[in-house]
Amino acid sequence: MPESQSETPSVGHRLWVRLSHWLITLTFFGLAFTGIEILMVHPRLYWGEVGNDLTPALIELPISRNYKHGGWENKVAFFDGKSSPISASRTYDIFNYNGWGRSLHFLLAWLLVITGSLYLVMGLFTGHFYKHIWPRLRELTPRAIYKDIVAHLRLKNIESTPGNYNLSQRITYALVIFWLFPVMLITGLTMSPAVTAALPFLLDWSGGLQSARTMHFLVSVALELFLILHFVMVIVTGFKKHIVAMTVAK
Amino acid sequence: MISRRQALVTGLSSLGAALMLPGCTKPLPPTYGNILRMADNLTYMAHRALLPGQSLAREYSYSDVSSFPATGTTDPSKLSEDYARLSGTSFDDFRLSVEGQVSKPGLYSLADLMNLGRTTQITKHTCEEGWTAIAEWTGVQLGTLLQHAGILPSARFILFHTYDEWLDSIDMMDAFHPQTLIAYGMNGKTLPIQHGAPIRLRLERQIGYKSIKYIKKIEVSDKFVDYGEDIGWAWYTGI
Repeated sequence: MPESQSETPSVGHRLWVRLSHWLITLTFFGLAFTGIEILMVHPRLYWGEVGNDLTPALIELPISRNYKHGGWENKVAFFDGKSSPISASRTYDIFNYNGWGRSLHFLLAWLLVITGSLYLVMGLFTGHFYKHIWPRLRELTPRAIYKDIVAHLRLKNIESTPGNYNLSQRITYALVIFWLFPVMLITGLTMSPAVTAALPFLLDWSGGLQSARTMHFLVSVALELFLILHFVMVIVTGFKKHIVAMTVAK
Repeated sequence: MISRRQALVTGLSSLGAALMLPGCTKPLPPTYGNILRMADNLTYMAHRALLPGQSLAREYSYSDVSSFPATGTTDPSKLSEDYARLSGTSFDDFRLSVEGQVSKPGLYSLADLMNLGRTTQITKHTCEEGWTAIAEWTGVQLGTLLQHAGILPSARFILFHTYDEWLDSIDMMDAFHPQTLIAYGMNGKTLPIQHGAPIRLRLERQIGYKSIKYIKKIEVSDKFVDYGEDIGWAWYTGI
């Protein structure tokens, strides 16, 4: 391949950036896949601490359950009075074999936590976050933001070379790294009975286990939207350039 | 208990097996050799190493008690003639057997268990499927029962045998946790059949299915038994 003497000098990402980028991508795909598998067992979302088939749902997702049951029987009230909570028995047709989805989800979560922690440490100490990701306060003028958004909407004049990101890009990356991924981790831990016994404030942060579960789902959708957007922008601003920078880096 | 070395060796050898036998003939569900169990073990070790051993699960007030689905087995009468007979007489003839690594193996009636201890707690049941429910549970602390039976130093795991032919086990850290109950009451009444009568386990720091229902025998053991392995369900589900 001929050396390009073009406006952008050939830039590659550093090795640790490339490694963590692809490791995190892989684990993200695995987590999204097993997450959907887990969600399909009970595609109802709630707010607060409690939510089940006998209580109203906040959102009922239009996806099918991945096991069948034969309905509810023997409804009985726990207490006297009309508004008493009830119990009912679920009959089952097919036994629920979803344990592998959970174990795989947590295996990948471990991988993501380890890779993500190394990435955060490296990003902090090499100055990567400061130099390339974190938006400067003085840059955040309404005029600059407006200009940048217009450029993105027109898909024209978008300045983005590897390591030299434009304003919207850095804001988006910063949100994903410092907000969405930490929220995923925290809401994920809030669903663990062992962790919340030790760290009960996690339940207060989100307002309860079911709130955390709902947020975990919504933020995962946000991350999937980011993934699509990221992929589109990579193509728009030079697929080959970006792929080379993130792989062989030459 | 799984030692670090054991976990590592199992993990590596199963990784090797998985690489050598790509077309392995194991039935559903996929367990990927022991790789998934390795992740469970990592979580187990991390929780035991990093989290305080006897931290308490949150307790709620009576007004928080919620509707509560009964899932899994909801009546073992069809599976066990003994159970059908006992449930017909309000479990008057029920005797819980406590045996194994104890100095005084014995049989406990419901009245014996009630005389031994009475602890009440309102806690959240977290099902692996994703739903939750809050109920009040009354029972005797498992630790009290084990001490009454004279648990021996060789004890490593507590095994629960049930009327619906299930078996599960917990470690000593969970067995002597103050919120770990052998529950005989729910929401101020005797434990209903669909929720595990005559007695069930309440294990508040793990996922719901570990709070096993319809217990007929408690075996104190020095051996690790992992009944859920074949169906891919994790043994430790602090999650």
